Amino acid sequence: MTHRPKLSLGPILYYWPREQVFSFYQRIADTPVDIVYLGETVCSKRRDMRSDAWLQLADMLQQAGKQVVLSTLTLIEASSELSTLRKICSNDKYSVEANDMAAVQLMSGNREFVTGPAVNIYNSRTLSVLARSGLKRWTLPVELSKQTLASLHKNRPEGVETEVFAFGRLPLAYSARCFTARAHNLPKDDCQFRCLDYADGLMLRTREDESFLVLNGIQTQSAKTQNLVNDINDFIDLEIDVLRISPQSNNTERVIEIFHECLHGNITKSEAETSLQKYMMSGECNGYWHAMPGMVNSCAGNEQECA
Amino acid sequence: MELVCPAGNLPSLKAAVDNGANAVYMGFRDDTNARHFAGLNFDDKRAEEGIRYAHDRSVKVFAAINTYPQPSGWSRWQHAVDHAAELGIDALILADIGVMDYACNRWPELRLHLSVQGSATSAEAIRFYQQNFGIQRVVLPRVLSLKQVRQVAQDSPVPIEVFGFGSLCVMVEGRCLLSSYVTGRSPNTYGACSPADSVSWNETPDGLETRLNNILIDKRAPGESAGYPTLCKGRFHVSGNTYYAIEEPTSLNTLELLPELQSVGVAAIKIEGRQRSPAYVTQVTKVWRAAIDECMQDPDNYSVKLPWLSVLEKVSEGSQTTLGAYHRPWQ
Repeated sequence: MTHRPKLSLGPILYYWPREQVFSFYQRIADTPVDIVYLGETVCSKRRDMRSDAWLQLADMLQQAGKQVVLSTLTLIEASSELSTLRKICSNDKYSVEANDMAAVQLMSGNREFVTGPAVNIYNSRTLSVLARSGLKRWTLPVELSKQTLASLHKNRPEGVETEVFAFGRLPLAYSARCFTARAHNLPKDDCQFRCLDYADGLMLRTREDESFLVLNGIQTQSAKTQNLVNDINDFIDLEIDVLRISPQSNNTERVIEIFHECLHGNITKSEAETSLQKYMMSGECNGYWHAMPGMVNSCAGNEQECA
Repeated sequence: MELVCPAGNLPSLKAAVDNGANAVYMGFRDDTNARHFAGLNFDDKRAEEGIRYAHDRSVKVFAAINTYPQPSGWSRWQHAVDHAAELGIDALILADIGVMDYACNRWPELRLHLSVQGSATSAEAIRFYQQNFGIQRVVLPRVLSLKQVRQVAQDSPVPIEVFGFGSLCVMVEGRCLLSSYVTGRSPNTYGACSPADSVSWNETPDGLETRLNNILIDKRAPGESAGYPTLCKGRFHVSGNTYYAIEEPTSLNTLELLPELQSVGVAAIKIEGRQRSPAYVTQVTKVWRAAIDECMQDPDNYSVKLPWLSVLEKVSEGSQTTLGAYHRPWQ
């Protein structure tokens, strides 16, 4: 039987007002996505959504048939962040995505957990150690290739699922410094929540006006959207369990539908690729998966082979 | 407080030892360490000689094996661990969970430190490595404010080491992929950021362009000094302004924080710069030895001496220094 991956929706990486978050997930409830990650993973100052609001959304999505996972902060600095983390990791209703080793430690031996792309699992021995601690699903770090994943799958621990970041701007780095505040000449402690003005992050261009990176508070992302729809056969062959789509302010539902249709054979890869073109805001890349620089689009000038 | 100095090669190791380091850290000549640069690091013979030189003078030697192996390269990391253990190294500085698991099972007596590349910023994260692999020290990423360092030092199950001086990563170490996004190689996978063979310098009528795999990182007007194009230290356009959007070329310098670092219980101060010259190591080690001695003798009357600063400024990236994340307004 063919191994068909499920679809997940990653956590919202940007700062959207509460109403926008609610209406976004209302629409997501009607899409064919299987798993939804919920919560703030970038900046603890983004508090328009309180934890009870996230839980309210979690209940709504679960009733709509989605599997809900609560996501945790990626860079833990303050004690207050550690207390929020403890609360999430000890909730008894939903599974939890660890994005930092503090979260892994809090759940190790206590409960099953999922890891996001910022937890460094680069080899089989690491995967086995974490599997013994309770890992039930891991996300491939975005800089790793399909060759590395294939090797890791030769020794995949029993019962551990694998997820791949399939569509979205790539999360590349985290800092103590807030680059959005810096762009406004504001200190982080008085950032005036400028992230609210950039629903898909703030574009950083080279001095030749090439879209290069996206500043999202303390996170830096790729300007290009990673799109692995052309690699769907790899996912099936490698028995990948989940493909992650990362939220953007517009058309995320359409992206989910296109991946879903393509996975079910209702449209071809090249039809999917064509439809996705208009939903990538500043270029496309897939280099990491093909063992090249992440910014490269291996299909550029090579459309026939990719189709 | 121990002073831990960089040894990119044997002359630097000797310079650190001769000028007052309590420990030096080194790496082997491959991608198993985070300063995988051409012409740098130790082959077998030099490693043996260096360890002997240091041990004869009661200085410890740590081996950095602090990158992340993938299955295809695993045997190199395993070999590096075995080799360091057989050489009689005093501690391994490790980042990867798999490598730590191997090291603590194969060499249970060997002392392990968690590298800055391990990206542990809280006591809970540190506890994971302490409980699972028995690490005995952690090097903190350069992202915490002084208040946060104090908190971690208080709650950590093992002593902490912090960076005192040297080139500054503005991103949390071990989780920065900017370099591989542009060049295919990152500190995690390859042991180098913005690797030299991806760099090009082009003289143009409007100045010197520096590129990384063809991406324009900066352009210097004639007369402006051009630094190495580490990609986070370039000038870019954001919202119509052109500036160092991520970080200026600058070095971390925490001399003035020494008494506070001592009072929060920091066990060791680390100096960055295995890629730098023996002259750099000599000067920086001398200054920091003097400063730590003075601070430990009489922390209440400690003050930063101007000659120390002028030495350090001369060897700083961009000839300027910062308190980095320790100082909240920098963030």
